[in-house]
Amino acid sequence: MANGGKTLEIRTSPHILSGYSVDTIMFNVVLALLPVTGFAVFAFGLAGLLTLSVALASCVLTEHLICRAAGKPSTIGDWSVTITGLLYGLTLPPSLPLWMVAAGGVIGVALGKALFGGLGYNTFNPALVGRAVLQAAFPVAMTSWIPGFGAGRFSSLPLSTLTLPFTAPEYDAITSATPLALWKFSREATATSDLAMGFISGSAGETSSVLILLGGVYLIARNMMNWRIPASIFATVFVFSGALHLVDPTRYASPVFMLFSGGLMLGAMFMATDMVGSPMTARGCYLYGALIAVVTIVIRTWGGLPEGVMYAILLGNAVTPHLDRWTRPTVYGAKGKEAAT
Amino acid sequence: MRPMRLLGLKTFRHGVHPPESKDETSGLPIRQFPFAPLLIVPLVQHMGAPSIPVVEEGQEVQRGQRIARPDGFMSVSMHAPASGLVRRVALAPSISGRMVPAVYLEPFPGSTQEIEDGTPCPLEATPEEIIAAIQDAGVVGLGGAAFPTHVKLKIPEGKFVDTLIINGVECEPFLTTDHRVMLEESRDIFTGIRYLLKVTGAENVIIAVEANKADAAEHLRETFPSDLNGSVEVLQVKYPQGAEKMLFSALLGREVPSRGLPLDIHALCCNVATTAQVGQLLPRGRGIQERVITVTGPAVKRKGNYRIPIGTPLRFLLEHVGVADDVNRVFLGGPMMGAAAPSLEISITKGTSGVTAFTDTAAERTHSPVYPCIRCGYCVDACPIFLDPALLGKLAATEQFSTMTDEHHLMDCFECGSCSFVCPSHIPLVQRFRAAKAAVRKSKAGAA
Repeated sequence: MANGGKTLEIRTSPHILSGYSVDTIMFNVVLALLPVTGFAVFAFGLAGLLTLSVALASCVLTEHLICRAAGKPSTIGDWSVTITGLLYGLTLPPSLPLWMVAAGGVIGVALGKALFGGLGYNTFNPALVGRAVLQAAFPVAMTSWIPGFGAGRFSSLPLSTLTLPFTAPEYDAITSATPLALWKFSREATATSDLAMGFISGSAGETSSVLILLGGVYLIARNMMNWRIPASIFATVFVFSGALHLVDPTRYASPVFMLFSGGLMLGAMFMATDMVGSPMTARGCYLYGALIAVVTIVIRTWGGLPEGVMYAILLGNAVTPHLDRWTRPTVYGAKGKEAAT
Repeated sequence: MRPMRLLGLKTFRHGVHPPESKDETSGLPIRQFPFAPLLIVPLVQHMGAPSIPVVEEGQEVQRGQRIARPDGFMSVSMHAPASGLVRRVALAPSISGRMVPAVYLEPFPGSTQEIEDGTPCPLEATPEEIIAAIQDAGVVGLGGAAFPTHVKLKIPEGKFVDTLIINGVECEPFLTTDHRVMLEESRDIFTGIRYLLKVTGAENVIIAVEANKADAAEHLRETFPSDLNGSVEVLQVKYPQGAEKMLFSALLGREVPSRGLPLDIHALCCNVATTAQVGQLLPRGRGIQERVITVTGPAVKRKGNYRIPIGTPLRFLLEHVGVADDVNRVFLGGPMMGAAAPSLEISITKGTSGVTAFTDTAAERTHSPVYPCIRCGYCVDACPIFLDPALLGKLAATEQFSTMTDEHHLMDCFECGSCSFVCPSHIPLVQRFRAAKAAVRKSKAGAA
């Protein structure tokens, strides 16, 4: 016959697929992170480059070695641990001692991801798990910032970067406060244009809101990011902090400041939207975003820390299964019995 | 629930957008297919009891003559697709993989193949007479499900239908049969509608067409008889809009209750090609001997919309249109819900709306590696009946069937395959649900 005696394959429908694949989605997230990553290196020079490289390498190597140790094929080809590595590096102060960067990366991937069973099974965002451990273990190092665009940033390193493990890092005189800390501890506001463009001090990747938004919009346009989550976070932050600001503008920062400062933009766009840890239903995503926004504002306004995005997202990850259950849509026809008459 | 509107066109909520792949055949007029040297007419072409053969081996039959009678109400008649000689009445392979009773018919080579007419059933007949005539004409749902049409049209005492929906959606990729039927057989469609309105007592008819068949919608609007109360509604292109449940949502904003019938919401849906058959057969007293089928797919050389005799063997059909050397999959229907042919010895039945053949290269995309579920939620956004396919998939993997049915509405799944289509982890979701549903039915049958 026409097919030359070849056997026909028998499979059940559907016989075509959309063409979306886990690795293509993850790779596109990596692409979307490249502009902000490049800006971080540009702003913080050698220190930024080393922080990001060590963060990425420690995460990817940890996943690779754990897979090998478990006798399974390495999963680094699905690009998800590359995202974790980049995001983790972008949340760190660029002057953080490199051994701490490496330790947090190993812990984040090992405890936050591999221990749960790898991609898809982790409850919490692994990048934030690594960062949270560092925040708890090294509170001073995690809140010591160098300003961006230093004159010798491409030729010299901050003293703290090469600190030996388990010794206290030393800091140059040039450490400076982040806009959130400035506001919290001295009620000093930063110009919105500086916040948006990234001419401020802060974590490696949280300084340029514009580039973060650009990456997010790219992913939303390709249907690789759930737009409802950042939309809900931004709307809730704006409304909640706006209401507070109206009550007392000297005590409560403006909503625009709240949106563009700290890790909110990076967190809302790239970490809260991590598919594994966020809800699947539309209503669940709105609630999840609102919860993250409220917790962030509460910590920033009344908490002891100047920034709260990380804890807000981790809390959001924790309640995600419940949000999915509470917001499960009514199945077609389930309510039809009464409506039928 | 209110029907959704986007860009002014109605649709249902959720669903997917597979590539339409209709351009290669949508412009090709329907052409008559030749008779195969041996036609194998299965006596199970519909949902329900097999028909009972009324011919014997060695008997000569005329085209259109009845060769099998219905076995009860859930069954229909069968008619000879050609004038010829009954070679055998024996088992034959079927799409399900099971052997089914069939009539082997050898067409006379030199015959003019004129069709034998029976007793016409005029529009003036009573609803009961029309229902009997539809059963006798062997009409089943030509959209693919092959449910006996007369059973659907029998309105029980105390129920009523206000809206008749004629389904010309054809949301399945590649297929263009309904499209061509709407363009070429609109007179039969409107005659069929008159019969259906009479039987159901509906006051209003809506012909539903997706926006990618604007020419068909336009043609139907132009030829719409002025004395008929109804309209042609153009819907947004989306899969699986051709499923009647989705159509009721899109057009009427009504939901068929779970485990209920369309009658519960006073609506009835009939495929457009089925309607055309009713309009064509009843006034002449004929039965179905052939149907329009799109033969298409990357492996088919002479793609087209053909009027093919029922019982034409798949092997003859593919040899006639020509297939690529590297063909490796053939399915009856389209790629979203079509069933893979287990062999080329099966034949065309009334429920075959298309024959799609894929090559190795076209099949490659379904050979991708399976990843763990990353909870992307694509399947949740795709499922037209608002199930949680990701969760059901996990439950199915561990065979928690009772949780699936009792808490997560497994049995409401109508297996459209949208979840598997969108899954970036390539998890065989709908495939697992089919297996789970089969297991549940089996255990229920065992318990009863």
